[in-house]
Amino acid sequence: MTAPAVAEPVVRAEDVAVSFVGRDATVNAVNGVSFTLDPGEVLCILGESGSGKSVTLRALMRLLPFRRARLSGRIEIAGLDVMAMSDRALADLRGTEVGMIFQEPMVAFDPVYTVGRQITETIVRHEGVSQEQARRRALDLLDRVRIPSPERRLRAYPHELSGGMRQRAMIALALSCQPSLLLADEPTTALDATVQIQILLLLRELQREFGMAVIFVTHDVGVAVEIADRIAVMYGGRFVETGPVREIMRNPRHPYTQGLLASTVHSASRGQTLEAIPGSPPDMTRLPPGCAFAPRCRFAEPGCETPPAAIQLSPHHMVRCIRAT
Amino acid sequence: MLEYIIRRVLYVIPIGLGVTVLVFALVHMSPGDPLSAVVPPDAPEEMVQDLRKAYGFDKPLPIQYVTWLGRVVTGDLGVSVARGREVVDELRIAVPNTFILAAGGTLLGFTLGAIFGGIAGYFQGRWIDKLATAIAITGVSVPHYWLGLVLVIIFSVEMNVLPSIGMGPGGSTAWAWDAEHMRHLVLPVVTLAVIPMGLITRTVRATVAEILNQEFVQALHAKGLFQRQVLMHVVRNAAPTTLAVMGLQLGYLLGGSILVETVFQWPGTGSLLNSAIFERDLPLLQGTILVLAMFFVLLNLLVDILQSAIDPRMSRQ
Ligand SMILES: Nc1ncnc2c1ncn2[C@@H]1O[C@H](COP(=O)(O)OP(=O)(O)OP(=O)(O)O)[C@@H](O)[C@H]1O
Ligand code: SF4
Ligand SMILES: [Mg+2]
Repeated sequence: MTAPAVAEPVVRAEDVAVSFVGRDATVNAVNGVSFTLDPGEVLCILGESGSGKSVTLRALMRLLPFRRARLSGRIEIAGLDVMAMSDRALADLRGTEVGMIFQEPMVAFDPVYTVGRQITETIVRHEGVSQEQARRRALDLLDRVRIPSPERRLRAYPHELSGGMRQRAMIALALSCQPSLLLADEPTTALDATVQIQILLLLRELQREFGMAVIFVTHDVGVAVEIADRIAVMYGGRFVETGPVREIMRNPRHPYTQGLLASTVHSASRGQTLEAIPGSPPDMTRLPPGCAFAPRCRFAEPGCETPPAAIQLSPHHMVRCIRAT
Repeated sequence: MLEYIIRRVLYVIPIGLGVTVLVFALVHMSPGDPLSAVVPPDAPEEMVQDLRKAYGFDKPLPIQYVTWLGRVVTGDLGVSVARGREVVDELRIAVPNTFILAAGGTLLGFTLGAIFGGIAGYFQGRWIDKLATAIAITGVSVPHYWLGLVLVIIFSVEMNVLPSIGMGPGGSTAWAWDAEHMRHLVLPVVTLAVIPMGLITRTVRATVAEILNQEFVQALHAKGLFQRQVLMHVVRNAAPTTLAVMGLQLGYLLGGSILVETVFQWPGTGSLLNSAIFERDLPLLQGTILVLAMFFVLLNLLVDILQSAIDPRMSRQ
């Protein structure tokens, strides 16, 4: 299942930034994110609420409200320049090269179309096959995501399925045109704990089977460890630390990452509720000029008032903190 | 689905009965003697009593109701006191005329409303939205009488391009698909259409804007659907709400047509009601109200069934 060693990366993002221009304030949701993703690789974006994870994910497909969102930087998917694409080319890319699954499948499905119709219309749109062929493929897909009595589910409306079933159907939909990249925005957060694990296992299995690259957004360290090859810790719209899972777990170098892991380990060992890092997430309309974590960082010093550069500790381990040198 | 339809159709029976009770009670509880229209004030008491017996007005109300209902279900609505003709015959002329007017107003008002509302919702917050919203607000705040008169002054009196009263040449009371009848239709239809147009614009605008903000629209774009395919989804989602409001509007539109018919002397049920009230013509009044009310009940039935056919979340619960 592993891709050839020198394959073209599936994603190449350089200095991607997104801001939302409002009447009173501008939200700087993403502030210079760079990374590459190889075929078949699973990257987890880890960060607390409002840190810009979903916006980063959507920016990759330019799936942002075009009148309010300002997007800059370079984005390449499968070697194609996403920023230069026409609307038509973008629509051709979405659904074929890139599939997406959402946090709440209930609101991500159109409530007045059957599940089957929503899968087949995607297949017909991109591959121009007949309705009947598309239906057979949809049936096969539901089978692949292990939905029992798929015939009946195809004819069901989204509200007639259980939460876990809906997310399975959403996965089937995202995989319907065999994308090389799957974007998953907290796909298990809205589900019960046991269902969560089932969906995670299913995703991992399908990822290996299809050899897809996956970007998986979560704020749950446990989930990240379970599924990721690589972790990117996000704070204030930036990747503050990226590296292979084991490296990050064993040797976190950014104070924010350290806090995140400590609170998780802490709660796991003592069975307590999650102990948050003191302080509150930054106001994305007024980020400090330097390190966005400074107001909450116990190591903060005057030098932190200029933006910390990306420091490569090793070819795969990057951190943005002046203490890392 | 079928079960829902059957259940809904069966509901019509008690509702229909309720309507007949209401119509009967309404007319009989209104002040004044039902005979005053036919009996001269100085008539001898004996003659009044005889007439009362002849019309059955001397019996207790429940008995009167049952007798009346029995006749109604066989299609006998009595004889108009003032005109001396069968009420059914009067209605046979008036109902199609009201239907033409209401259908014209519905078609114009709903079409424009859906278009304006769709555009406004899609381009929410931009100048074209503001324009459509302004038209809608103006539309709902203009009274029928006033608008009708203004239109008559402009197009009939000043410009002399459109007729101001009646349905066709020479006091025609039967619709015909010719240019003259069409010309007579323009002003009443426009007057009638303006309020529903405004209300539908507002509803559709709000519905479309709300749908566009839902996550599934993003998900549709994420699948790579063409813009027109996404719009189709939006239309399908907006349809149930829009239809429900349109159904309600049909009722108001019927009410509005009574006013409009009066303004333009359109020979429909509105005019009939109007003269029945002024002439204290009870059988005519009763018959006309009953037919309008029954029509309203059936209309609601139709809208409910249509809506449940369009919105899978409704009928299956
Ligand atoms: N369409 C939008 N218009 C304006 N601001 C937005 C929009 N979408 C997101 N934002 C803002 O951008 C910032 C980042 O949001 P984002 O959804 O990426 O956070 P997140 O990391 O996914 O959080 P969560 O874990 O809660 O999903 C937030 O401050 C949010 O308010
Ligand atoms: S750069 Fe300074 S403020 Fe930021 S995490 Fe490092 S030490 Fe803390
Ligand atoms: Mg999010």
